[in-house]
Amino acid sequence: MSTTITTAAGAGAAKRKTSTRFWPRAWNFTLYALMAVFLANVGLMIATVAINSFGKVWRGTWLPQGWTLNWYADAWKEFQLYDLLIVTFEVMFAVVLLSVLLGVPAAYALARRDFRGKRWLLFLFLLPLLIPPITYGIPLATVMYQWHLAGTIWGVILANLIPALPFVILVMTPFIEQIDPNLESAARVFGARTPQIFLYVLAPLLAPGILAAALLVLVRTVAMFELTFLTAGPDSQTLVVALYYAMFAPGVRTSQSVDAMAMVYMAVTLVWLLVALQFVNPTQLVSRVKDHPQPG
Amino acid sequence: MNAPGLAGADRTPWLAAPSAIFLLTLFIYPCAYGLWLSFMPKDGGMLANYAKFFSSDRLWPTIFTTLKLALPATLINIGIALPIAYRMRIKTPRQKWITTALVVPITLGTVLVAEGMLTYFGPRGWVAQVLETLHLYDGPIRLTHNYTGVLISLIISGFPFAFLLLLSYVTGIYPVLGRAAATLGAGPWQQFRDVYLPLLIPGLAICFCLAFVQAYSVFPSAVLLGAPAGPTRVISIAAYEAAFEQYDYPLASAIAMMMGLAQLVVVVGVLALRRLVYRGPVTGGKG
Repeated sequence: MSTTITTAAGAGAAKRKTSTRFWPRAWNFTLYALMAVFLANVGLMIATVAINSFGKVWRGTWLPQGWTLNWYADAWKEFQLYDLLIVTFEVMFAVVLLSVLLGVPAAYALARRDFRGKRWLLFLFLLPLLIPPITYGIPLATVMYQWHLAGTIWGVILANLIPALPFVILVMTPFIEQIDPNLESAARVFGARTPQIFLYVLAPLLAPGILAAALLVLVRTVAMFELTFLTAGPDSQTLVVALYYAMFAPGVRTSQSVDAMAMVYMAVTLVWLLVALQFVNPTQLVSRVKDHPQPG
Repeated sequence: MNAPGLAGADRTPWLAAPSAIFLLTLFIYPCAYGLWLSFMPKDGGMLANYAKFFSSDRLWPTIFTTLKLALPATLINIGIALPIAYRMRIKTPRQKWITTALVVPITLGTVLVAEGMLTYFGPRGWVAQVLETLHLYDGPIRLTHNYTGVLISLIISGFPFAFLLLLSYVTGIYPVLGRAAATLGAGPWQQFRDVYLPLLIPGLAICFCLAFVQAYSVFPSAVLLGAPAGPTRVISIAAYEAAFEQYDYPLASAIAMMMGLAQLVVVVGVLALRRLVYRGPVTGGKG
């Protein structure tokens, strides 16, 4: 790995340069090859789900024998996809709405003021993002069964709100920090009351950030398996959980109709992901924003 | 609704109260209740649940079963993600495409990845067919319903996570530092080792912790892609069975607490190690 800048200038320099260039290039190639292999395998894996859902019979051959759309009709009836979709959308939008309504004011307080106990509050808001859902999900489900919340759609919504709310707060806090507080002071000087300041000054400035946070929460909520799984009842399952149960009992359902359901789930997720990616940076899905997001 | 500050008390911090109350009731309280419940076993003394955990052959080995999956998965993911993220630290259209493509397996989630893997890596799937056609492997190819299947799924969902997290740390490092080092004669390897790596250590430690904790709490793929009765009976399966099959909530809480404790031990260990090898500001990079 000696590719240090050569100080030698002369006849041998050009020759040495070509030989020392080999290793960085090979290294570069290896990295891109690794990435390509990973992406190709993920792509092909998703393709198998799609192909299987459209195939009549597919056993041990490269492609299925014959194509059909019947598995979608089967899955629609068998898994009651209509009801599942309704529940999934209800949970999704309720979680987004509640997390924004509760989270944005909290982010505002954290961004604008220093107060006693702020560090503890930040710690409280960070903790649900650091602890994996299955670890706190079991005690949570226990408590929710006692309160008769588990098994209802409200239980599922509240459980999904636990990681969503801190996520909104941590995305919104740096966003609010970069809005000049003088704008609010100026509005106040001119006699605007707090609701007016919020409606006419803050809301338009915050809109891009709220949109980004809401979309990120949306995408994460559709895919949130563990918490929904632990708190849902038969009538409050979302698509992922129903997919898990369909896979858990193999043989009962045909693999093609399970894959058809998987395709519906994928479509729901990817539509929101595509919308989200218009407004946010992909790295934001796993970590909170490092730089201030660009409004607009 | 008068201007705050005039009357003395500023009410703005109270805007955080609803969120705090929500998390205290539905996050902190259940965790505390779980801890309390774990000391209230169905029968026996205060520590009976923990005694049961460490004496039962079905329970205590799960700590190591999970560790055997989570540690290699985390090391592989970070080991591959670090050089690639470093390579792609400069913003290019290609970087944007790759990060977008990598987000897809994360958003689809482990359940869908498991469904795809069952067919794709299955005994009659494309991978097995290619290996057979190329005569690379003889005999039955088993990549699912065992340890390998769960490990692969942990890489498929964990690698993009590690990559995107590390990318956000690497791009947070002021690029002029590397160029300054180059002006002083540092080659690419020296730039990485002496400039970027020290600044990356805090981010690397946090990324390791998050990736490990995530892998350690593997659940759906261990059931669907592994052998949940034996080699991939991870700790979350044990906790789930105790809660929802035996309805022994105190024991389930005790297992959940042990899972949290095992994660905590590794996280504290990694952060302590970081403090040993690196002294400096916690957040490296810009400014």
